[in-house]
Amino acid sequence: MKAAVILLPGLNRDRDMIAALTKISGQAPQTIWQTETSIDDDIDLIVIPGGFSYGDYLRCGAIAARMPVMRAVREKAEKGTRVIGVCNGFQILLETGLLPGALMRNASLKFVCREVNLEVANSGTAFTQGYSQGQIIRCPVAHHDGNYFTDPDTLASLEANRQVAFRYTPDTNPNGSLNNIAGIVNTAGNVLGMMPHPENLIEAAHGGSDGRALFESALGLVDA
Amino acid sequence: MIKARVTVTLKNGVLDPQGKAIEHALDGLGFSGVGQVRQGKVFDIVLETSDRAEAEAELKAMAEKLLANMVIEDFTVEVL
Repeated sequence: MKAAVILLPGLNRDRDMIAALTKISGQAPQTIWQTETSIDDDIDLIVIPGGFSYGDYLRCGAIAARMPVMRAVREKAEKGTRVIGVCNGFQILLETGLLPGALMRNASLKFVCREVNLEVANSGTAFTQGYSQGQIIRCPVAHHDGNYFTDPDTLASLEANRQVAFRYTPDTNPNGSLNNIAGIVNTAGNVLGMMPHPENLIEAAHGGSDGRALFESALGLVDA
Repeated sequence: MIKARVTVTLKNGVLDPQGKAIEHALDGLGFSGVGQVRQGKVFDIVLETSDRAEAEAELKAMAEKLLANMVIEDFTVEVL
């Protein structure tokens, strides 16, 4: 499978993401600048990395979500191409409406940079099949606005459809997210947004490789 | 030209940690009578049109498409 990474001004986790995808797939991902209006047909996985696109002006991800490349991402997503948004990438996916809900200021009002524990809440998604159901994995977080919020009806339907892919363990919820939500997929199951940074835990030099199976799953490198 | 103001506020029921922090800070400064603070955003916008109805429709569209996140926020449009 061929991956692409979206580049926007103010993102700063793009190099980590490119390194992770290159190491895991054995092939450097294509990079796509924000002004591009189309994405090649042979791209099977689009990744929007973390950072502070447009300086978080207006709302995190709000300006980035209205850039031309995001229309192209939407078109690909609607055709079934896999899309991952990490951290600011998650915020951008919510602002485009590809995923439901919003990420608000952390309940502590503090920027949180630490490691958390995540529960694999649904190991049946395209992004989590390399994990076992209920598995607890380590993952770093680094954000100021990761407090997942949505209305009660949407929350109920996310839970009923098993769209919650990852939850913080209750003792490590870093931001006050509803139902300890750390990552969700869309109803079709081909778009994942998550606040934690799996790309920063993929090899021994990182102190662990719990994030690796996510990319292996998304890249079709594990047996379903 | 028309001058207008769009005010974006959090919907009722949406927790506002920043508003809460401001509330506590006001209390710390001795403003003991503060019941609640909700933080929002104000956009002052100048439009080239002189048609009030057209301006209002345009501002509403701007708020819905970009200025407010309709998942968590409401807005009001005021032509000044």
